[in-house]
Amino acid sequence: MNIDFQERKIPIIKIRDFLIVSIQVDMHDKMAVQLQSQILHEIERTGAKGVLIDISVLEMVDSFIGRMLSGMASMASIMDAAVVIVGMQPAVAITLVELGLEMPGINTALNMERGMELLEKMVKDSL
Amino acid sequence: MHEIISDKSWEELGKYPIQTEFDIVKVRQTVRNYAKENGMGIVEQTRITTAVSELFRNMYNYANGGEVLIERGEVEGHIALIVTCIDRGPGIPDIEMAMADGYSSGMGMGYGLPGAKRLVDKFEIYSVINKGTIVRVMKWR
Repeated sequence: MNIDFQERKIPIIKIRDFLIVSIQVDMHDKMAVQLQSQILHEIERTGAKGVLIDISVLEMVDSFIGRMLSGMASMASIMDAAVVIVGMQPAVAITLVELGLEMPGINTALNMERGMELLEKMVKDSL
Repeated sequence: MHEIISDKSWEELGKYPIQTEFDIVKVRQTVRNYAKENGMGIVEQTRITTAVSELFRNMYNYANGGEVLIERGEVEGHIALIVTCIDRGPGIPDIEMAMADGYSSGMGMGYGLPGAKRLVDKFEIYSVINKGTIVRVMKWR
């Protein structure tokens, strides 16, 4: 099995007031940390009010990636941006709970569409 | 160090070093592939992959890396996938504390060991100070 280990950055797309990030690779730890700071910089640069992170392709979320996601949600919230994670696979959800990892401050939605609705509502409520 | 007893009838599937962060990703994907080959469903594959990811990261973070042995063999009447993580790191001074559940309480050592244990069918740990640690996990469902 060949794994592409090129240090490509995960693209962050801005649509209206939101940033959209789709994680398409099995991230190693440095890449996860890099993505975290990359998203925070984009929030600052663009003034985005919300971040939608699609993890539907991720086949596993271990404690490191879980902590990265919840840490990012806390940091983004301090920067006045809401974070919603969408598309978590059932097997990943089961494993996260069994692992005992709590992800405080993490908002989730089943898919992109509902995630977007949730973000819009959160941003509206905070006004 | 308590000797890890390997059953001679077990089939060795491979030995892999954990030296870099890439190795953590690469070897956990290898474990997933063997789990799939072994007929495990998607949830079981995810459980064993997540468990070994925690173990590999411990080796990388605390023991300057180590070696992973993957085997298949009969355990308690099941055909199990057996993953053994061997390092020559500092060892774990208090295994009981390291195995205490700590994510929510703020207690425990934060090695993710209790979580990893819950995700597998059998979990063994041997550690000697200044010699190293061996963690072996088995999954058959």
